[in-house]
Amino acid sequence: MQPLSSYGAEGNMAKTNTAKAKKRNINRIAYLFVLPFVVVFLVFSVYPVLRTLYLSFTNYKGFGDATWTGLDNYKRVITDKFFWRDLGNTIKIWGVNIVLQLGLAFLLTVIFSDIKYKIRGLAVFRAVYYLPNLIAATSVAFLFKTLLDWKYGSFNQILMTLGITHEQVNWLGSTTTAPYVVSVLGAWMWFGNSFIMLMAGVQGIPKDYFEAAAIDGAGRWKVFGKITLPLLRPIMLYVFVTSLIGGLQLFDLPFLMNGAAPGTAGEPSGKLQTVVMYLYKFGFETHQVGYASAIAYTLFFIILIVSIIQFKTLGKEED
Amino acid sequence: MSTSSKIKKGIIYLCLILLAAMCFFPFLLMIVNATRSGVEITHSFTLIPGKNLKANWIALFDYVNLFRGFGNSLIVAIPATLLTAYFSSITAYAMAVYRFKGSAWLFKIIVVFMMIPAQLSLIGFYNLCQKLHMVDSYLPLILPAIASPGTVFFLRQYVQATLSKALLEAARIDGAGELHIFHRIVLPIMAPGIATMSIGGFIGNWNSYLVPLILLNTPNKMTLPVMITTLNAATDLQKNQGAIYLGVAISVVPILIVFCFCSRYIISSISAGSVKE
Repeated sequence: MQPLSSYGAEGNMAKTNTAKAKKRNINRIAYLFVLPFVVVFLVFSVYPVLRTLYLSFTNYKGFGDATWTGLDNYKRVITDKFFWRDLGNTIKIWGVNIVLQLGLAFLLTVIFSDIKYKIRGLAVFRAVYYLPNLIAATSVAFLFKTLLDWKYGSFNQILMTLGITHEQVNWLGSTTTAPYVVSVLGAWMWFGNSFIMLMAGVQGIPKDYFEAAAIDGAGRWKVFGKITLPLLRPIMLYVFVTSLIGGLQLFDLPFLMNGAAPGTAGEPSGKLQTVVMYLYKFGFETHQVGYASAIAYTLFFIILIVSIIQFKTLGKEED
Repeated sequence: MSTSSKIKKGIIYLCLILLAAMCFFPFLLMIVNATRSGVEITHSFTLIPGKNLKANWIALFDYVNLFRGFGNSLIVAIPATLLTAYFSSITAYAMAVYRFKGSAWLFKIIVVFMMIPAQLSLIGFYNLCQKLHMVDSYLPLILPAIASPGTVFFLRQYVQATLSKALLEAARIDGAGELHIFHRIVLPIMAPGIATMSIGGFIGNWNSYLVPLILLNTPNKMTLPVMITTLNAATDLQKNQGAIYLGVAISVVPILIVFCFCSRYIISSISAGSVKE
């Protein structure tokens, strides 16, 4: 056996001690390895979260001193009708979005995992379906804002050429269509992501299950209902909860899709204003930083409660 | 297979192809419109490229130098991706291989922070940057990349699944130092996992909008997504939609190229995120 001299001082010490001590010395280097991560994590992740919490109890204006005001900001959030309106907007945009997005992803999963049709080309289709995910939301928003322009946009031209409508539709300027446009656009962007995750779940199910079911003569729907669906539930829960966390933080798309320039966000008539846009307004435009922090934490608690309910209800059915 | 099944199968393929076309069509329209004049675009749509690419280019770059934004995005995204790759690997390796006090705690905190929505730290983060005099600097966009909980979480599982302890023991017996072992033996083994996470990380950095938006004030320092949105306010440019399409196209095409070469890795990084421990 080679001497442990290359360990330096640490190694020499270890040589004189027991094997256990040697092991402990090797383990000690782990602190050095995780140190950069821990320091940066504490400074740039943990501190900001705690700092936001502290500021939410103050009247901080973005400069000068912060005066402790207790629960005042939270009382204001709870009675702020615009907060609740924007939460409603967010839930509406997200709700329509998630039904379309997961519905489509689920349908695709059913098609690609079908034991009878054996659809080929999964790798290619999956890649193409994922493409819109990769494009920056800013570019997507800006592209569609231009395509959907009611006067000059290509989308209305296509519809009119095909004879689907006879007059230009003001997709983003109308309070009835604008939120749904954002929902559909979100679904278009993200269904590929949900599909890949659901499909990864299906591929994780052992092949013998399907083979055994086929030998027993189980039909396609029976296999789907008795094997695929129950085993997919944990992943569906994961997809759903991550989408909820992301969806309630919706910002880029509605922020940039509104009719006017950024800054006068939320047009038409505030239907596109989401909670994070509201937070942005107070935090970075009107400098009511304390209030913006309270909005952030209120939204967080709402997300937390909904997530817990999701885990409790969907998790229970598994037993 | 019966005829009716064959027809059904044909219809399914047709629908799948249509859906794929829908994913691609807006980008195609974008590229075509980037070569047409504002007047042509407002009058009709077509998939035949026009002759106005050069004029659009001049109009666009008269207003904003997108290559500047391009360069700025690279200055941020490349170091951030490299820092995430290296420090996440070493942290994940340490957590997977060594036994040390606080390791379990660290893991728990990482999992908790993976679930915490980004908006919760936004205001505190900006406040911190003010205190550190880092507003309008690239440092707060790059440095935090050292601590990426999601990447550590994934790579920790990856190390546990791919690295054999016997190999480490053998290296130790040969007298290799711990850091040397990590650099020479562990990193190459982790490379596929690191590559997977890095592509996803790079795209995330490249596309990031909200944080650069709040931190960067100087127009010349803006990253590409922030710069693209300034086109929104360009009233002169609104008349020439061709130039706007071209601007968006310039921001999208590099990602399309990356995608053509790396789609396999990208897909596996998403699947990796959904596999539970």
